[in-house]
Amino acid sequence: MSLDKEKIKHVAKLARISLDEAKVNSLTKDLNSIFKFIEQLNELNTDKVEPLTSILNESLRYRKDQIKDGKIRDKILKNSPQQNEEFFVVPKVVE
Amino acid sequence: MVVMSKEKFDYFINGEKGKYEVIIGLEVHAQVLSNSKLFSGSSTKFGADPNNQVSLIDSAFPGMLPVINEECIKQAVKTGLGLNAKINNYSVFDRKNYFYADLPQGYQISQYKNPIVGEGKVMLDMPYGSKEVGIERLHLEQDAGKSIHDMDPSNTYVDLNRSGIALMEIVSKPDIRSPEEVNAYIKKLRTIMRYLGTCDGNMQEGSLRADVNVSVRKVGDKKLGTRCEIKNVNSIKFMQMAIEYEAKRQVELLDNGKNIEQETRLFDTKKNETRSMRSKEDAHDYRYFPDPDLLPLTLEKKMVDDLKKSLPELPDKKKERFIKEYGLSPYEANVLVSEKAISDYYEEVAKLSDKKLAANWMMGDLFAMLNDKGLSILTSPVSAKNLAELVKSIKSSEISGRIAKEVFEIMVQSGDNPKKIIESKGMKQQSDPKELEKMINQILTKNKDKVDQYKAGKEKLFGFFVGEVMKLSGGKANPQLTNEILKKLLTG
Repeated sequence: MSLDKEKIKHVAKLARISLDEAKVNSLTKDLNSIFKFIEQLNELNTDKVEPLTSILNESLRYRKDQIKDGKIRDKILKNSPQQNEEFFVVPKVVE
Repeated sequence: MVVMSKEKFDYFINGEKGKYEVIIGLEVHAQVLSNSKLFSGSSTKFGADPNNQVSLIDSAFPGMLPVINEECIKQAVKTGLGLNAKINNYSVFDRKNYFYADLPQGYQISQYKNPIVGEGKVMLDMPYGSKEVGIERLHLEQDAGKSIHDMDPSNTYVDLNRSGIALMEIVSKPDIRSPEEVNAYIKKLRTIMRYLGTCDGNMQEGSLRADVNVSVRKVGDKKLGTRCEIKNVNSIKFMQMAIEYEAKRQVELLDNGKNIEQETRLFDTKKNETRSMRSKEDAHDYRYFPDPDLLPLTLEKKMVDDLKKSLPELPDKKKERFIKEYGLSPYEANVLVSEKAISDYYEEVAKLSDKKLAANWMMGDLFAMLNDKGLSILTSPVSAKNLAELVKSIKSSEISGRIAKEVFEIMVQSGDNPKKIIESKGMKQQSDPKELEKMINQILTKNKDKVDQYKAGKEKLFGFFVGEVMKLSGGKANPQLTNEILKKLLTG
């Protein structure tokens, strides 16, 4: 697998990262060499191995269904670029 | 359970180049009933002040870790069991990545490859028979916040109260074929979840919404056509309108030799049309990966077994029992099991009085009155016990059906029990043959001319005599007895 410049630009767009052309070039080179390194793993046959999603052999810890949080609106809104004491205010997004 | 088909299925679209069938699949988003959110301890209560039920987790502050709510897991498993579905003892939470102002994390925690519930099925009762709709899967995920576009001309306001509430996404197989079946499917899901207490199904408050997948194909074709997804439709009516519009649009394209593009569309309720959501062009590029903050979820067998044992009797089973135990028609049984509270009410009335008459009164006068007053069975001014009393009084001929309607009116206004009303207002039916005969003789003597006419062959006058008896008795004469005695005296 290798990445071309278009793919890099696409992924950058999805991640909302803006890249100039020089950065695209260097990233394409760097990422491809990283992929090449990772691809060595393909030499192993993993047909009968389940994908590993966690290295801990444990199940998820549960929480009781209790209301213990919230009612901290001032704190929540404090760091937003724009707010009106009730809502986050963002540039218009309308379909 | 076999329902004989009276009508035939006939939802097709006639294009210029042939007859098309419409293939529909639904992704229903049902908010889980729980006190707190899926991964945080904030309240899920609807209608709170904006951003007041938001924790640092729901607003995605750096360094916050999600901890799963046990109740939400149980609710999902219960719902899965109610859908006759496979419960997966191993499931995984993934990140679904996309940017939107009401999704502060930049990703939604969802389940992709390994959902908590697998394949199941739902049965629909259609006028043309029973219809099975397959369930593909049910998975748990977070709800997003709410964007409000109409409070400011140049800005959007974001309220995160909904952000992080647990959702069950229930994905159907593409087994649905008409707007009517969509209606039946959504209602059935809602009924099942309400019986289980896992979702309140309130579409106005947005606790039940759906994405609708629509494609068309020529009748007889085996291959599915290209589908379009209509996002976030929040009423059954709008789903039906959106499907009708979308199916016609697709047939027109095909008729004109054009291709259908797979895309996300939205339904404009004002213009009654669907249109492309260009902003969602990349929408399917979600780059899912397992959420490193959450371990895989393994269910203990004991928990699943316990939940299985705790399930209430579900609507399909209850319907069968109502038909068998109370001798109801499938239609009556269907209506009476549509809500758990209604079925409970019916059983209480039926056990105390007459099964069939109880069903008639509920589906007739009681429902009409509740509908009229905008009340539900739970807030009915007429209690099940009182309705049973009324039904008993009719059954024993203590009062006539006509008088019963008057008694019912008074019960609605006063909430009193019918016995008291009948006695205090002297509404008891006149069923003493001797008394009736005396009254009828009185009428016959007074109307000698009409009696002669009747005897001469003018039989229509029978109704006149009955009317006179009713007038004289204040409507309380037992109609059956009145008929018998009249006949006897007039022919005698």
